[in-house]
Amino acid sequence: MRKTLAEAAKLIRSKNAGPFWLTFDVMFDEPEVYRCVRDQDVLNIDRVARLFGQDPAVVRVFTHDSALAVKVSFPRPNSSGSALDTDVFGGQQYAPLMDLTVELGGPFHAITEVTR
Amino acid sequence: MKLLAATGMLGSGFQEASIVRGVDQGAAMIGCDSGTTDFGPHPLATGRSQFSRGAVRRDLEVILVQARRVRIPVIIGSAGGSGGDSNLSWLADIVRDLAVEHDLHFRLAEIRAEQSKETIHRLHAEGRVRPLEPMGALTDEDIDSSLHMVAMMGVEPLQAALGDGADVVLAGRASDASIFAALPLLRGFDPALCWHAGKILECGAAAVAVRTAPDSMMAELHTSSVDIEPLRPDYRCTPQSVASHTLYENADPFKLPEPSGVLDTLHTQYEAVSDRAVRITGSVFHPATQYTNKLEGARSVGYSTIIPGAIRDPMIIRQLDAWLEVLNENITARLRQTVGESANYTIATRVYGRNGVMGQLEPINRVEGHEVMILWDVISDSQELSHSIAASLSHMAVHNPIPEWHGLISGVAFPFAPSEIDRGPVYEFHLNHLIAPESPTSLFPIEMTSV
Repeated sequence: MRKTLAEAAKLIRSKNAGPFWLTFDVMFDEPEVYRCVRDQDVLNIDRVARLFGQDPAVVRVFTHDSALAVKVSFPRPNSSGSALDTDVFGGQQYAPLMDLTVELGGPFHAITEVTR
Repeated sequence: MKLLAATGMLGSGFQEASIVRGVDQGAAMIGCDSGTTDFGPHPLATGRSQFSRGAVRRDLEVILVQARRVRIPVIIGSAGGSGGDSNLSWLADIVRDLAVEHDLHFRLAEIRAEQSKETIHRLHAEGRVRPLEPMGALTDEDIDSSLHMVAMMGVEPLQAALGDGADVVLAGRASDASIFAALPLLRGFDPALCWHAGKILECGAAAVAVRTAPDSMMAELHTSSVDIEPLRPDYRCTPQSVASHTLYENADPFKLPEPSGVLDTLHTQYEAVSDRAVRITGSVFHPATQYTNKLEGARSVGYSTIIPGAIRDPMIIRQLDAWLEVLNENITARLRQTVGESANYTIATRVYGRNGVMGQLEPINRVEGHEVMILWDVISDSQELSHSIAASLSHMAVHNPIPEWHGLISGVAFPFAPSEIDRGPVYEFHLNHLIAPESPTSLFPIEMTSV
C-alpha cells in the first residue's frame, strides 16, 4: 500500500537550526513505517535537492533509529529575519515533503545496528 | 546530582509548583536559557528582549525565591534575549529589583559576552577567526558594520563565577547546554552525560511526549547514565520523545558542537525507567583539539516601508510575472527621475498565493487560487526615502496596465489607508564564525557584586 508521508508520519516539521540553516524532521510512530521510509530511501539527497531547488552538495540527510525519524538540513537561501527572508522561524517550509510517497509493507531491513 | 531547568526560555513561563517540586526533590542548581536567535536579528541589534519585563520578572521571581530558599546556585544564560551587554544589564536590573522586594541577599556574577570591534579586529588579524558553513571569511567591513557582536561562552566562565562564590550567575551569550553542564563538570561527572543532560534541559519540557505549555524539566546524573524526568505530573518522557530532542533545531542530530568539543549521540541508548522518566546511556564527548567560541553579529540593512496589496482580476493573475515586470520597469524609470541614479534601495516583492511563504524554495511556482496578495518591502538608507519610494510604487502598481483592458484600471486592492506602512530600522545576522580564543575565559569578563 502506497501512502504519502503526510499520511504515514506522525509529525513533519521545519525549523531554523540557527539563523543560517533550515532543518526538517519527518517523524514516525511505527518502527515498521519508519524503516520503510528509511530503507526505500524516500528522502534521498537528490530528491530533496530537486524538490527545493538546491544543490545536492549542500543537502544533508540523517536517519535516526532511536527517534524513528529522518532529518534533512540545508543552508537557508536568506538568513532568518533578513531583508529577503520569508519565514523567520523557518516553520512553514516542509509542505513539499508531505507529498512524497512510501510503499508500506515494502522492503525494509531489520535493524541490526545504527545506520547513518 | 539533580539539575533543574526552569523552562525553555526565560519569560515563556512554567508552573510555580514544578520549580517547588524540583527544589524539594533536591535539585543542585536551577538553570534557564534567556536567549534565542529564533525571533530574528533585532534582539541583538537593538539590545531589547523579545519577552516583556513583566514576563521575565515573573519567571525570575519564582526561580530566585525558590533557589535562595535552599541556597542553590542559579545560572541564566544568553541574558535578555541575545546576551549582549544591554540585554545583560536589563536582566541584572530585574534581578536587583527582585532582591530588594523579597529581601534576598546573594553574590551576583554578571558575565559579559559582547565583543568590541577592536577585539574582533585584533583576533581577525591574528588569524583566530574562521567562518562556519555557509559563511565566507570574515572581512574588516563585516566587523565595522556590526551594531553588536557577541561571542558564545562555554562552561568555563560560568565555572569561574561559581568558583568565586557566585550564587546567581547572569551570563551574556552562552551555549545553551553550558548553563546546565557547568556545575556537574566541576564536580567531575562524565562530560558526555553533562552535555547530553544540558542539551535536553536547555529546552525545558520540550522533550516530553506531549507538551501543552512550556514547563520545567529535571535531569539526574549518575556515574554512567542520566535520567530525564518532567516535573509537571501530567507530562511524561518516552525514549522516543527524548531521542527526538536531538533533532530539534540541530542541523546534524548526532554531532552537537560545543566550545570545548562535540557531543556524539550516534550510539546513545534511550530506555524507560518508569512511565515518565527516560535513562540515557552511551553518549560520547570528543574534546576539541582547538577550543572555539562562536561569534554572532547583527547589522543594519536600512529602513523598511511595506505595502500589502491584493489582486482578484483573473486576467492580471494569469500574467502576473509580466505585470510585475512592467511595474518594475516603470518604477525604476520613475525613481531615476525622483530620487536619482545614485539612491541605494531594494524592493522585495513577495507574492502570497504563489511563493510568498517559501520564496525560491517553492516547487509549485504558480498561482492556483483566484486571488493573490503582494507584499512589497522597500528598504533604503532612510525611512523618509523608503516611504517616498513606496508612495510612488503603490500609486504605480494600482494603475499598472494589462493589454486586455483598454483604459485606466485600478488593479490592486489595498486593505489599508494609507497603503504604505513604515516599519522602522531592519537588521540582519551577518556573522556566523568561530573564534579560537587565547583561553576559554579570555573574552568574558566577570563582575561580582553583593546584592
